[in-house]
Amino acid sequence: MKLFGLSAKDTRFLIIVILLTMFTPILLQPFPEGSALATFNAGYPDLMQRIAIFGIFAIGFNILFGLTGYLSFGHAAFLGIGSYTVVWMYKLLDYNVIWGLPLAVITSGLFALLIGYVSLRRSGIYFSILTLAFAQMSYNLAYSVLTPITNGETGLQVYPSDAQVLMGATEPTSPHLFGIVLRENFWQPTIGGWQFTFNNGYYFTAIIAIVLFYLSLRIFRSPFGLMLRAIKTNQTRLNYTGINTRPYTLAAFVISGMYAGLAGGLMAAMDPLSGAERMQWTASGEVVLMVILGGAGTLMGPVLGAGFIKYLENIFSKINDSILHGWFGALPDGLENFIIGVSHFFVGKSWHLTSGLMFMLVVIFLPGGLVEGGARIRNLFRRGKSPKGADTAHPPAPVANAAEKEEF
Amino acid sequence: MGILEVKGVSKRFGGLQALNDVNLSVKENTVHAIIGPNGAGKSTLLNCFVGKLIPDSGSVMFNGQSVLGRKPHEINQMGIARVFQTPEIFTDLTVMENVMISCFARRDGSFRLHPFETVMHEKDIIEQAEQMLIDVNMIDKREMHAASLSRGDKRRLEMAMCLAQEPKLLLLDEPTAGMARADTNNTIDLLKEIKQKRDITMAIIEHDMHVVFSLAERITVLAQGTPLVEDTPDNIKGHPKVKEAYLGESA
Repeated sequence: MKLFGLSAKDTRFLIIVILLTMFTPILLQPFPEGSALATFNAGYPDLMQRIAIFGIFAIGFNILFGLTGYLSFGHAAFLGIGSYTVVWMYKLLDYNVIWGLPLAVITSGLFALLIGYVSLRRSGIYFSILTLAFAQMSYNLAYSVLTPITNGETGLQVYPSDAQVLMGATEPTSPHLFGIVLRENFWQPTIGGWQFTFNNGYYFTAIIAIVLFYLSLRIFRSPFGLMLRAIKTNQTRLNYTGINTRPYTLAAFVISGMYAGLAGGLMAAMDPLSGAERMQWTASGEVVLMVILGGAGTLMGPVLGAGFIKYLENIFSKINDSILHGWFGALPDGLENFIIGVSHFFVGKSWHLTSGLMFMLVVIFLPGGLVEGGARIRNLFRRGKSPKGADTAHPPAPVANAAEKEEF
Repeated sequence: MGILEVKGVSKRFGGLQALNDVNLSVKENTVHAIIGPNGAGKSTLLNCFVGKLIPDSGSVMFNGQSVLGRKPHEINQMGIARVFQTPEIFTDLTVMENVMISCFARRDGSFRLHPFETVMHEKDIIEQAEQMLIDVNMIDKREMHAASLSRGDKRRLEMAMCLAQEPKLLLLDEPTAGMARADTNNTIDLLKEIKQKRDITMAIIEHDMHVVFSLAERITVLAQGTPLVEDTPDNIKGHPKVKEAYLGESA
């Protein structure tokens, strides 16, 4: 089956991604409510929406970093610009996100054009430093100098005195899409011991994420994507093949900036406020981490990486002493205290240690990220399954799509 | 009037006069070799043709247009392709993708934003690239990663990439450097075959006299940044000045 100009293989891949996204509220809720492991359930709207948003951010970042190899350390600036744009639209027009989100894409795209034009005059570490400098500049501007626009330290939010010229009398007073309030749940069934939450905001974000994933898939398979991969491999050859690499890298930079802007806008759609800290360099670093953890240059990698880090951040950080005591209460006192003492380093406020260790392990043992790990496990099973002799009876499929194969 | 006209080109690096008033004319559809001992300025001269270096004085005209001050990709789009000493290819991509990039560059020019077309739907480009790979006997390796090719095949691939652009002038910078004899002979055969099949001008910089005398129709001998003599291979072989400068007193 072929859909939307994709090969049969890519269509299958896209359908799997759509199904996974649509059933996330069920898939991330594997443990019944009240059980000891319920802490590990992640199927609540806030976290799912966050994963989808950072997934979008990472998918866009991957178009720049994964394909061209240009490592930007300043993409949080676009995230912040997107957020500010959307909140301003709440203040000026009304809470309908339909005004703010497209505008967030445009404004972040314009900023990306400007920052990219200057930064891309250099490559390698100098490019990274330039983007970092721009992002920190934006952060400091937002924090202090531009207070009339950004509301500085307090953060930008909607006040009753704001104009909101399109605001109707019966209109919801939180972000909505033509009356569908994003923070509301449309279905909260309890089946057996399991509780599921189906949230408007999550599905809104998820549909946008799927569309953006599809666009990135198209970019990967396009001549443009081929040129970007060629830039990563050998810019000298590309120049001597008559290709001007600058506009290609700039286009990739602007596209990834627009993805970031939309992700920032969606953050403001979750919660109608925006602060300067969204532009801080730690936020830029986070997306780099996500993409590398998942697998740079792969299609699924960035989403996996975003999911993993957000999961760790939200689940591991909420494991506290009373939960630990609940788990290990049955053990003898000395052992219990010892285990809880050790766990302290990895959960609660120390969840960063867990994510740091994971990152190190992945970089050292799986340079291709989690996607490579998945591929290795798959190969292991394949080899394990086929009895000896089966390989000669069914010769391995010709490497017809060597390029495609390793992109997942 | 040659397709490549070099007039009075000089280039100085600090205290070193790398090129000193070089005049050279490469006639259309010939194979022109530039030889000379190490440090004679061969590579410097080549770099002046492709936009990597700008000479201090003089002019380099290609097809009646100056190439000086243009960027490498602009010069390439004028019709000059270049083969490097160590093959420059896209090692992370497949053989087929390598050649397709050249085909895209020829069709679409130096930049085209085409993010929503699909590579596999570009029938013409695929056909051209496949034809090119058949021409250089590499069609069976089309899905291999370029990094895993042998050195000889990397060279072959680089030539295929250059030829896919249908350049008017092909510059070869020591195309057989570091190759085993068998690979060298294969390369010579490949170049002869290329020359037979299409109208193309080649300028070769080469150390290996075997290669030079099997391919070249004209030879320019460069010594200490100055052309000593330009002639046919037969005349160059016996030329006393060349023997002295190039092969040394003992030869």
